Amino acid sequence: MTDILNALILFANFVLVPATAYGAQLALGALGVTLVFGILRFSNFAHGDTMAFGTMVTILVTWWFQSMGVSIHPLPTALLALPFGILATVGMLLATDRLVYRFYRKVKAAPIVFVMSSVGVMFVMNGIVRFIIGPDDQRFADGERFIIKARDFKAATGMAEGLTIKVSQALTLGIAVIVVIALFWFLQRTRTGKSMRAFSDNEDLALLSGISPERVVMITWIIAAALATIAGTLYGLDKSFKPFTYFQLLLPIFAAAIVGGIGNPLGAIAGGFVVAFSEVTITYAYKKFLRYLLPENLEPDSLVQLLSTDYKFAVSFVILVMVLLIRPTGIFKGKVL
Amino acid sequence: MSFLSGENMTGGYGAADILHDCTIAVEKGEIAVIVGPNGAGKSTAMKAVFGMLSIHTGRVVLDGTDISGLSPQDRVKAGMGFVPQTNNVFTSLTVQENLEMGAYIRTDDFSETMERVFELFPILKEKRNQQAGELSGGQRQQVAVGRALMTQPKVLMLDEPTAGVSPIVMDELFDNIIEVAKTGIAILMVEQNARQALNIADKGYVLVQGRNRFTDTGEALLANPEVRKSFLGG
Ligand SMILES: Nc1ncnc2c1ncn2[C@@H]1O[C@H](COP(=O)(O)OP(=O)(O)O)[C@@H](O)[C@H]1O
Ligand SMILES: [Mg+2]
Repeated sequence: MTDILNALILFANFVLVPATAYGAQLALGALGVTLVFGILRFSNFAHGDTMAFGTMVTILVTWWFQSMGVSIHPLPTALLALPFGILATVGMLLATDRLVYRFYRKVKAAPIVFVMSSVGVMFVMNGIVRFIIGPDDQRFADGERFIIKARDFKAATGMAEGLTIKVSQALTLGIAVIVVIALFWFLQRTRTGKSMRAFSDNEDLALLSGISPERVVMITWIIAAALATIAGTLYGLDKSFKPFTYFQLLLPIFAAAIVGGIGNPLGAIAGGFVVAFSEVTITYAYKKFLRYLLPENLEPDSLVQLLSTDYKFAVSFVILVMVLLIRPTGIFKGKVL
Repeated sequence: MSFLSGENMTGGYGAADILHDCTIAVEKGEIAVIVGPNGAGKSTAMKAVFGMLSIHTGRVVLDGTDISGLSPQDRVKAGMGFVPQTNNVFTSLTVQENLEMGAYIRTDDFSETMERVFELFPILKEKRNQQAGELSGGQRQQVAVGRALMTQPKVLMLDEPTAGVSPIVMDELFDNIIEVAKTGIAILMVEQNARQALNIADKGYVLVQGRNRFTDTGEALLANPEVRKSFLGG
């Protein structure tokens, strides 16, 4: 019995808790991608670097607050800096829209032209971020680090295995829940939110109803900027900030959006968790876990790891390809790409 | 001077003209019906009247004002409502949300208008919280007409409102349309079911290859042997 409990605690500590936090971060990222796709009808390859840009501004403001001794201990100072990061990113995306995408909307360019120009935007943002903050790892988390420490957990329960829950993980989940509720409330209940759904559903009829496309597009970028900055900052608090990592996040984020059904917000959330749990469960080494559960003579010698963590992006890639082959509309029937 | 008229419209989607000197008009409280073979340019004529396509010759006049230069959105604000032939509802929105989006440009309280629409189409009230995409063809057309009515238009333009519905539902829809006309709204409608449509029409237009072929009262067109032979199947 203790063995089973220990196995479960081990699993919770290394799979359940981290994957839940990671899933929430991917879900927030995928929500931004899916909203832009639903309204502007293209896959925004610059979303990962938008996350990096927003996080960078948040970090810079965090450092500034820290240098002035501003703190909201035990919470990380970054939370206080987050609104500034969001504001800067909103400005950045609106400027990008004005300078790049609006022109292609005016000439009614094909979706692939939008995608390619978003790749260009991605490179520019990537350059800006590296130029300002550098390509290296940055740590900006402060405040209390743990809610539950492994050692305290062991002492309290008397188990061999410990459970760790970081503040950043709890914050991620809590903020993600609030953001998602706010977003759905906005989309389902407000006149502007409904007009965005109407525009996404049937652009011509939306025009006939007097819904202004430029306004819908503007609000979409504002929301995408907020979602990207929040997702990026939470990811950075949980792990660390490195521009290249954020570029790489594009793959699991797109996998999440497409698995759930691109253009469908509920799908983006489900997809985020599907991808996160697949990645973590497939790259976890089950050796110790199985030692608790199996009789001694069956104990595994190897790590029992399906895939090395170095290959974790392969998981997203395989999910992406499988979904596109088997069910291109995704779980929740989004638009076919 | 008619309440709404598209006069001598010539134009098309690109280089080639689809409409040639085409004239269509409707009075307040009356029903005007456009019939004609497939590809005759009926939908194109409707789009031209609504400003969704440029006409290089001719003009559109609403209540004595030349509105040829207005965008479709501005024509909605000027009191025109349009139900396109296809994709005329927001399928992923509920029935009520569809009506709310119809009233998007209104800043006043539109709950009374919505009640009126529900009176006209009681089934929509029952299904108000269902997604429009889940409804039957006839109910969808009711949503589409209801959406256009939400701006309280003075003119309602319908492109094949009975396409793909059963004869019983068609009769119901025609009854609804007559009721709408009775409230003083001018109705301009394209119909495949030419005989039934001309039956309820005050005025009928037979369009062939973008040109006016016959123009008369609905009754007279139904009685015209040539029209009967060529367009009403004998
Ligand atoms: N969007 C469009 N672009 C170019 N040509 C079109 C378009 N829609 C219709 N047409 C052409 O215009 C002509 C008239 O079409 P339409 O007005 O839809 O006919 P109807 O409604 O009478 O069946 C047809 O030859 C059709 O091919
Ligand atoms: Mg037609």
